[in-house]
Amino acid sequence: MTMMVKVEEKLYQNRYIVDESRPHIQIKSVEACQTCEKQACTFCCPAACYSKNETGGVTLVTDGCLECGTCRVVCQDKGNIAWDYPRGGYGISYKFG
Amino acid sequence: MVEKFDAIVIGAGPSGNAATYTLAKQGLKVLQLERGEYPGAKNVQGGIMYAHELEKIIPDFRDDCPTERHIIEQRVWLLGDDNYVGTNYRSEAFNSDKPNRYTIIRANIDKWWGEQIRKVGGLQICETTVTELIRDASGKVIGVRTDREGGEIHADVVIMADGVNALLAKRAGLQDEAAPENVALAVKEILFIDPELIQQRFGIKEDEGVVIEIMGKVTKGMVGTAFLYTNKESLTIGIGCLISDFKNGDCPPYRMLEDLKKHPVIKPLIEGAEMKEYAAHMIPEGGYKAIPQLYGDGWMVVGDAAHFNNAAHREGSNLAMASGRMAAETVIELKSAGKGFSAPNLAAYKKKLDDSFIMKDLKKYRELPGIMHGNKQFFGAYPDEITAAAHNWFTVDSVDKKSKEKQIMKSFIKRRSVMGLVGDAIKLVRAVR
Repeated sequence: MTMMVKVEEKLYQNRYIVDESRPHIQIKSVEACQTCEKQACTFCCPAACYSKNETGGVTLVTDGCLECGTCRVVCQDKGNIAWDYPRGGYGISYKFG
Repeated sequence: MVEKFDAIVIGAGPSGNAATYTLAKQGLKVLQLERGEYPGAKNVQGGIMYAHELEKIIPDFRDDCPTERHIIEQRVWLLGDDNYVGTNYRSEAFNSDKPNRYTIIRANIDKWWGEQIRKVGGLQICETTVTELIRDASGKVIGVRTDREGGEIHADVVIMADGVNALLAKRAGLQDEAAPENVALAVKEILFIDPELIQQRFGIKEDEGVVIEIMGKVTKGMVGTAFLYTNKESLTIGIGCLISDFKNGDCPPYRMLEDLKKHPVIKPLIEGAEMKEYAAHMIPEGGYKAIPQLYGDGWMVVGDAAHFNNAAHREGSNLAMASGRMAAETVIELKSAGKGFSAPNLAAYKKKLDDSFIMKDLKKYRELPGIMHGNKQFFGAYPDEITAAAHNWFTVDSVDKKSKEKQIMKSFIKRRSVMGLVGDAIKLVRAVR
């Protein structure tokens, strides 16, 4: 099955305390993404925070981030992701976990 | 003035909770720091909780611990495209006064732990992210820095229970980044549904639970497993694969989960349930060979942060609780002997781990992660062949049984070759002996 799955509908059920304009994860170099063949972050991230953009690079929006760490692990050979936890109390707040 | 504690525990998951409670109960001045809005806010578990390790720490936990259902039946299913081959084990003996395994909802358990910790005088502070370890000139860890104002706190010893990301140890150069083949990414959903329907569909009474562990077609040839657990008023469904496989594939984890939910064998079990949360978490899968340095001057690492997870038996939270308890007991013993928390003294923690089921089990399965990672046939070809063989065998079509046996054997050989089959058998034995 290759039906489109709307991850947004899943994330919509979650509770987030968003730290406005303070993303806890950042792409270090735009160019490094443009020369990255796989751009594995765009299909490994369980919240689809990473998407391919028209410049051939990757756009990151951390609002739906589940703080799992997968992007940091897949990008470790390039080391192009600065990964941190959100400030205390912010970010995903699981009701059930 | 910088405040000082006997011990600081970072993280309010199973390992941190076990450590904090054990220390506080012995009267030590302990501070537990949690970055979530409340304990459990950042934690994800399948979840099955094993009673034995919790019982060691809180013997009468059953009095008020908010577990879901005690497990009376374990199913293991190998899924094909539209079928499954499976084994079940069910026993009335699991309906005892003191059940061995429970399904749980992680956040409920962690809030309960928070209350237990307060009862014995432990201090748990949430909404506080520890940003780094503080070390003295000799390199000894003497405290932590947090993201709160004036957020420097000192302690004789720091226990890192900060979970699979283990950011603090990595930042301090005490651990390397996990290799993609040593960690899995799991995604899951909680689906709320009328408890009557759960009981009907799974053939159980109130409070009784069923857990289904799943392998096969649903992981699309990747090294991974899926699960379906019964809670009181909800079902938990999830799937996880090695990150190295996700990276080499092109199937996002949420699509894999969606396909699992639509599988003809799974769909009728979850039909009509309402999804209330979607979670993702990494799971340490590298086993014995991936265990990092576990202690040093002024610090220890426990739980997922120490890569303590027995992937073969799907045990993690019990290893977490046990390691947290052992770290705490090491602190208590050293303190009462008037000794400091130097690396040579904290080696006693490693000794406890080595003498316990944690290291014994991880050592037993030390070859398993490598063999599974390098032999994808166990997750692709075999589930295919086994489910197809079952379909052939159980279809009555006037083909004689000897011919059916030959067809099945031929199909296996075609897929793996005779030497391949023999080699796979040897690998499996090596992986688990």
